[in-house]
Amino acid sequence: MTYREALREGLREELQRDERVFMMGEDIGKNWGGAFKVTKGFVEEFGEERIRDTPISENTIAGAGVGAAITGMRPVAEIMFGDLITLAMDQICNQAAKMRYMFGGQTSVPLVLRTVFGGGKNIASHHSQSLQAWFMHTPGLKVAVPAFASDVKGLIKTAIRDPDPVMFFEHKLVYDKKEDVPDDEYLIPFGEAKIRRAGEDVTVWATFRMLHQAIEVADELAKEGISVEVIDPRTLVPLDKKTLIDSVVKTGRLVLVTEETKTGATTAEISALVQEEAFDWLDAPIKRVNAPDTPIPFSPTLEDYFIPDKKQISNTIKSIV
Amino acid sequence: MMDVTKETLEDLYTQTLKVRLFEEKVWEVFGRNLIPGTLHLYLGEEAVAAGVSTALRESDWIQSTHRGHGHVVAKGADMKRAFAELLGKKTGSCKGKGGSMHITEFEAGILGATGVVASGLPIAVGAALSAQLRGTDEVVACFFGDGASNNGTFCESLNMSAIWKLPVIWVVENNFYAMGTPIKQMCPSQSIARRGEAYCIPSQVVDGNNALKVYKAAAEAVERARNGEGPSLIECQTYRKKGHSRFDPADYRPEEEEEEWLSRDPVEIITNLAIEQKALSKKKAENIRKQLQEQVDEAAEFAINSEHPEPEEALEDVFAEVA
Repeated sequence: MTYREALREGLREELQRDERVFMMGEDIGKNWGGAFKVTKGFVEEFGEERIRDTPISENTIAGAGVGAAITGMRPVAEIMFGDLITLAMDQICNQAAKMRYMFGGQTSVPLVLRTVFGGGKNIASHHSQSLQAWFMHTPGLKVAVPAFASDVKGLIKTAIRDPDPVMFFEHKLVYDKKEDVPDDEYLIPFGEAKIRRAGEDVTVWATFRMLHQAIEVADELAKEGISVEVIDPRTLVPLDKKTLIDSVVKTGRLVLVTEETKTGATTAEISALVQEEAFDWLDAPIKRVNAPDTPIPFSPTLEDYFIPDKKQISNTIKSIV
Repeated sequence: MMDVTKETLEDLYTQTLKVRLFEEKVWEVFGRNLIPGTLHLYLGEEAVAAGVSTALRESDWIQSTHRGHGHVVAKGADMKRAFAELLGKKTGSCKGKGGSMHITEFEAGILGATGVVASGLPIAVGAALSAQLRGTDEVVACFFGDGASNNGTFCESLNMSAIWKLPVIWVVENNFYAMGTPIKQMCPSQSIARRGEAYCIPSQVVDGNNALKVYKAAAEAVERARNGEGPSLIECQTYRKKGHSRFDPADYRPEEEEEEWLSRDPVEIITNLAIEQKALSKKKAENIRKQLQEQVDEAAEFAINSEHPEPEEALEDVFAEVA
C-alpha cells in the first residue's frame, strides 16, 4: 500500500469511528479530492458536510479548526501547501498552541492540521519549503513527521484522537512510497522513534524523503563495512530523546539529515540536545546534512543541487567514521 | 418593533450596571497598583455587552477581545475568578496565566478573549460550524472593534459564515478609534455595516450606548441564527470613557466629541428607560445597585486576598497530557 493510501485508510477509519471528526480545506472535496488526492472519494462516502471545501482563507481555515475543536468537534483542517501556512500562523501559533495554557487548562484544542511540504517537484519557492522547525519551536503544538506508509496510518489516527493541536506534515515525494500496512486497526503512540535499521558505527537521524535516502545509503555502506543505525523520530514533539541518545551512546557518532535549510533547522536543535546530554560518548563532531540557506529554486538543475542527496549523506558519514 | 418584557428591561439594567460597577472597581484597584501589566477598560461600552448577552442563552457562546472584561462579566463569568485573574492570582479563571487580555471562563460559554486584534473571528466561525454540525441551536456572538474590521480575517470569516449560513452574530463595537487612530482615516465608508452587506449578511447600525436597542437587534439576530438563516452583523456605535489602555489619556479626541458622547451614559439611559416603562422602581433600582456593589466588592476582596501561583505552575497546562 502506498503512503497516500495508508493515510487515506487512517483518515477513513477515524471518520467512520467518530462522527465528531470532519475535514475542511481548499479543494479537498469532490472536484479534486485534495491537491494530492489523499481525500479522493471521501465526499461520496461521507458527504459535503464532513468533507468540506473552503474558500481560499488559510487563517480562517485554521481558526475555524480551533473554534470547532474547543466546542466538541475533532476537526482535521488542511493547508494545501506547507508554505501557505504562513497565512495561518496567527491561528496556529497564537491561538491553537497557546489556548490551553493561556486559559489555565480550561480547554484543549484537539485540532489536526495537515499539510504537505518539501521539494523535488520543480514548483519553486512558494510550494516547496520545509518548515517543521518553526512549529517545534512553538510550545503547545505537537508535530508529526511520518515517512512510511505504516506509520502515517497509525500516526494520523493518534493525531485525531489526541487532545492537543497536532501539526501533521506529509511530504509530497513520499506519497507514492509503498510499504506493507497491517489490516487490523492500530495506533502509533507519539514520542516513540523507530530504529529503521540497526547499526554499530554511526547513528543517522533523518526525516521524510531524506530518511528513505539514508536507509539506502546505509545499505550501500554496509557493503563497505560501515554499519549505520538509522533513526526515524516519527514525531518531533513529543521527541523521543531516549532512543536517539541510546543510539549515540552505542555508536559514538551522529549525522543529522533533513531537507530543511540549515540555519535554525530541526537538526540544529537535535544537535544541541545530543551535545548537552551525550557529549562524553561522542567520538567525532556531530554533522548535519541540510539544504543551503537559500529560497528553493525552480530550475531542475538548481533544485537538484539544493536538495541534499545520497552522495552528500554518504560522504558526510564517511567523513566522521 | 419587538415588545420587550419588564423582566428583560430589568435584566438589561442589571447587566449594564454590573459591568459598570465591575470596571469601576477594577479601575480603583488598578489605581492601588495591585494589577500587573495593562488594562483595556470597557467603561462607556457597557450597553453592548449587556444588550447582546441578555439576548443569549447560557448555552450560547461568545468570543471576546482584548477589551473583554465587560463581555465575560455580562455573559455570566464568576466575578471573583474574573477579578482574581486580573491580579494574576492562583484563583483566577485562567490560574493567572491569561490576565486582562485573556480573561475567559469556558463554563460560562466564553470561547476566549484574545490579545490579537481580529483573531477571534475565525474561532467564532469554527464554533458556529461546530454548533451546526452537532445539530444544536447554539448561537455564537463574536465581539470585535472597528479596527478589527480592517484585518483580513474579517473578510475571510464573514464570507465563510455567509456561505455556510452559520449561527454567528458579528457584534462590532465601533468606538471610532483603533487605539488612537480615528476610523475616518482608516475606513473609506466609515461604516462597518456596509462592509457586512458586501457579504450578503443582514447588517444594521444601532446606538451602542442604549442597551435596549442593542438587545432588540441582537434578539432578532439570535432568532435568525437559531432558525438556520445564518449570520447577522450589528454595528454598535459607542465610545470609550477612558483611553485605549493604561497609558492612554486619549487626548487626541476632540473635546466636543467627548462631551457629546460622554453625556449619553449607558447606565443612565437604561435606568431611565426601565423606570419610565415601569420595569423598575427607583427603590428597586437602588436595591439592585447595592447588591451588585456588594458582589463586586467581594470579588475584589477575594482577588486581593488570594494567593499568587507557585512559580513552577508556569510549567503546567502546555499539553493536556504529560508528554
